[in-house]
Amino acid sequence: MADTNEVLLKTPLHALHAELGAKMVPFAGYDMPVQYPTGVLREHLHTREKAGLFDVSHMGQAFLSGSDPSKALERLTPADVLGLKEGLQRYGLLLNDAGTIKDDFMFSRLAGEGPLYLVVNAGTKQGDFDYISTKLRGIASLEPRPDRALLALQGPAAAAALERHSPGISKLTFMKVVRCTVAAAPAIVSRSGYTGEDGFEISIESVHAERVARALLGEPEVLPIGLGARDSLRLEAGLCLYGHDIDETVGPVEASLVWSIGKRRKLDRDFPAAEKIMDAVFNGTARKRVGIRPDGKAPAREGTEIADKSGRVIGKITSGGFGPSLNAPVAMGYVETAFAGDGTEIDLIVRGKPLPARVAPMPFVPHRYRRAI
Amino acid sequence: MSEVRFTEQHEWVRVDGDEATIGITKYAAEQLGDVVYVELPEAGRKVGAGGEAAVVESVKAASEVYAPVGGEVTGSNDALSGDPAKVNADPEGEGWFFKLKLADKSEFSKLMSAEQYAEFVKGI
Repeated sequence: MADTNEVLLKTPLHALHAELGAKMVPFAGYDMPVQYPTGVLREHLHTREKAGLFDVSHMGQAFLSGSDPSKALERLTPADVLGLKEGLQRYGLLLNDAGTIKDDFMFSRLAGEGPLYLVVNAGTKQGDFDYISTKLRGIASLEPRPDRALLALQGPAAAAALERHSPGISKLTFMKVVRCTVAAAPAIVSRSGYTGEDGFEISIESVHAERVARALLGEPEVLPIGLGARDSLRLEAGLCLYGHDIDETVGPVEASLVWSIGKRRKLDRDFPAAEKIMDAVFNGTARKRVGIRPDGKAPAREGTEIADKSGRVIGKITSGGFGPSLNAPVAMGYVETAFAGDGTEIDLIVRGKPLPARVAPMPFVPHRYRRAI
Repeated sequence: MSEVRFTEQHEWVRVDGDEATIGITKYAAEQLGDVVYVELPEAGRKVGAGGEAAVVESVKAASEVYAPVGGEVTGSNDALSGDPAKVNADPEGEGWFFKLKLADKSEFSKLMSAEQYAEFVKGI
């Protein structure tokens, strides 16, 4: 194997992963579990049927404080931060000056607290933290929290399992966030995740991580789930993987993430490259991110060229694989806008041969979030 | 009497007369994880020793399967297209990939024995 000499970082659950028999792989500079002895396929299906516990401690957690951190953060994201009510979490894009996507992230306003709580991607966290600190120097200060672990408990049985260690938590609804305790450890818990299922993300101090993880794994519904199933779950849910489906070469409009731009922000045009992005909102872009369903059983992987029926290349797949819940291959990628309509027939060039496929609506598997009524 | 030999790319080949049956080893199946798709060669196709002959895909990734010996493909395991999980369940039996008519028996004798392959896997 072509291993590098890079020293991989470890999450607070590293020893537990080893004990559980995980197969470890390098990911974003960390030695992470790609699968447990259960295997990717069953880990995926188990998460959709019952509940899965994911170690996402490699992701970047931070607090943004200052006299008005919401107003400050709006300099870097087109999301509506000022309008976020207490006890709620929201998805946002971190934009660079050119209006392309530096990262995607979650931000929360905890009840009664001034600072915003941020969670950014693992592979981009150092760059994001430097960027945010530099750009907001003098008006807000960012405090990264590498001392915190992050667990995701996902699936239809997640609420019942977590309730046993955090009484009352199942009353929380989708995208709500609260400080509470989980197995007696002080925690920040949000009802969210990245699988398309109902579930929670649980931020705790690293010193408590293994004990909390063991408590949750002790519940009969819960199995440990690796990054392999995390990837197939988020792909079926139509959710972007940063560095693959979105990066600094694309803007919010071509990435089909316009919904993450706040209404007030669209009117005020006060975010990075707002004029350019609003022009794209009204006049369209040359290409768009779409969902793709191959007709047959063969998966088409990241990097696969997409052609029209005459063989002309019209785009590329950015995430592709097999969807265990659909028992069929699924993909997403960018195509010329003329080919972005649902049902458009395209070919995927797999091993030199055209594989018939169709542009398809996402999510491929319906989201089952526990929304407030 | 049939005899089974192995390659460093983790294929096995069983030869009976001049017919060779080819699949991937238990070790390879474990490394790949859950197999979700296989692409098998058509009967009549001629493959050289070490040439790409089939594709096996897990949830995570696609891998090539190479012909350990050269010859003309005489058939493939159609049951795998409906039930690719057979590759994980019984990689060195029901999970076979394809058969070919052996062109040169000396290619077969150059491959690793079961004992040599077991040693090879231990060293990985």
